[in-house]
Amino acid sequence: MERLEVLKTYKIYIGGQFPRTESGRYYKAKNAKGELLANMCLSSRKDFRDAVVAARGAFGGWSGRAAFNRSQILYRIAEMLEGRRAQFADELIKQGSSSADAEKEINLSIDRLIYYAGWCDKFQQVFSAVNPVASSHFNFSVPEPTGVVAIIAPQDSSLIGLVSVIAPVIAGGNTCVVLASEEKPLCSVTFAEVINSSDVPGGVVNILTGKPSELVKYFADHMDVNAVVYCEKNDTDKKLIQEKASLNVKRVLLYDKVNWLNENESQSPYFIMDTQEIKTTWHPIENVAGGKAGY
Amino acid sequence: MGALLQIPDFKHTPTIDHIGVEERASRFTKRSIKAETKVNGLKLTLNMIDLTTLEGKDTDGKVKQLCYKAAHLHDAYPGLPTVAAVCVYPSMVAVAKKALEGTGVNVASVATAFPSGQAPRDVKIRDTKFAVSNGADEVDMVISRGKFLQGEYNFVFDEIAAIKEVCGKARLKVILETGELVTYDKVRRASDIAMYAGADFIKTSTGKIQPAATMPVTLVMLEAIRDFYYKTGKMIAMKPAGGISKSKAALHYLVMLQETLGEAWMNNEWFRFGASSLANDVLMQLEKERTGVYQSANYFSVD
Repeated sequence: MERLEVLKTYKIYIGGQFPRTESGRYYKAKNAKGELLANMCLSSRKDFRDAVVAARGAFGGWSGRAAFNRSQILYRIAEMLEGRRAQFADELIKQGSSSADAEKEINLSIDRLIYYAGWCDKFQQVFSAVNPVASSHFNFSVPEPTGVVAIIAPQDSSLIGLVSVIAPVIAGGNTCVVLASEEKPLCSVTFAEVINSSDVPGGVVNILTGKPSELVKYFADHMDVNAVVYCEKNDTDKKLIQEKASLNVKRVLLYDKVNWLNENESQSPYFIMDTQEIKTTWHPIENVAGGKAGY
Repeated sequence: MGALLQIPDFKHTPTIDHIGVEERASRFTKRSIKAETKVNGLKLTLNMIDLTTLEGKDTDGKVKQLCYKAAHLHDAYPGLPTVAAVCVYPSMVAVAKKALEGTGVNVASVATAFPSGQAPRDVKIRDTKFAVSNGADEVDMVISRGKFLQGEYNFVFDEIAAIKEVCGKARLKVILETGELVTYDKVRRASDIAMYAGADFIKTSTGKIQPAATMPVTLVMLEAIRDFYYKTGKMIAMKPAGGISKSKAALHYLVMLQETLGEAWMNNEWFRFGASSLANDVLMQLEKERTGVYQSANYFSVD
């Protein structure tokens, strides 16, 4: 008797769990030929709300970890991704990539995680400053994570876009809620499984699948979100995000001109700095024996 | 009162079908509540809250701050009700009374060697008298769970009656500490003892023991209140306390109240929530309904 294939149920990732959408809705992900690839969760605004609660809950622990430990964990994600090459290649090919392109995209994704793993405990040193002041204070500025970041991932890629927007955000100590590509969602759920087995605490990364057209408004106006990342060229959405984000003065980051496959423009410590706040501290110092501070 | 009532033999209180109670309780969580009803329910919830601080580290300042919050839950939202009462230790009653002057918010005080209740009766009576003489409008006493579990129901009954006597005009809430009674049968029995002994309220928990209030336990107590009402014509109030921190849970309790005891109990004279963090979650939900935007805890007062 021929064996029945066991197909994977693609679910969403919230707070370290894989629930189905609370709405019970789904949509069909198809390839270019119109063949059904999978039924995906059509996430609702309540899923987003729950994900933000999870992300907020995880923020204290994640941002409080040693930067070096975050670095180890990002490296671990890359290791796990490496071990799942075949599965990602299979999904990328199903979604229309050639096998050479799939190979390239996976390599690039792993390397990008390693790249940001390296930056975890270094960007603070590069972007911190000791500032000259005209009083007896030691005055210094350091970057700190902004909080919960809502991300609408690049829609034209399944894996590299997703990895490129998540990695710098969590490298900097933020937590995030990500809406995956609507047309090419398969890799996002598999990537969630990779994250789930990489010592990333539950809630640090939350991944939803669904329609940006439905959820953009809520990503932009939720009062407990500190920054919103948008990667598309849709001007109506951009305007909506900027208007709604003003409610609690969120950072709005528009990565609409980035080619995620080009290493020169799609990875840099400036992506980490985009979701950092600069904190400046004035620390009183003693003026010893008429000596002057050099700065 | 006692002379008018036929006191039953508490060994023969009804037994509880725990599967049935739990299933019935879970049904209340599945009602569909539309937006307008939800907003009304949330405002009613706020008005039923006993805002509580019962910690060893409570200071005058902390209590004053809580009292301010009791009357000014979220001034950005016009027309909100106040909470029903502020619940504190006896030593803080005077501070709370002064801070709440003119607000219409009651002062409730725990008493009788809260939370364990392990003290001689004269100490408990003095504790209660102290709270009442300092101006407590309501007294939350604990029953002697040890004695109850030993089967000394008369001791528990007499103690409640004695405390009721010194309460004067203050309404008496009797805390059963259901988490320590273990079975629904015992919860039912303790509820009956408390009501016959003169309780104005029966209350689930101190908030110091897990599990605190749960829906099935509250349902058992509501049904005890209903049976008592049918027998004697006297209404008794209910206060679940501890562990209710989300708006959704509060609405479930209101549904249960409405469907078990009915309209007459749907106000803060006959029902209270003992909670500290519930108020902020309700406020956030109300703001969400008003503005259409999910809220952040950053924009609401901490205490």
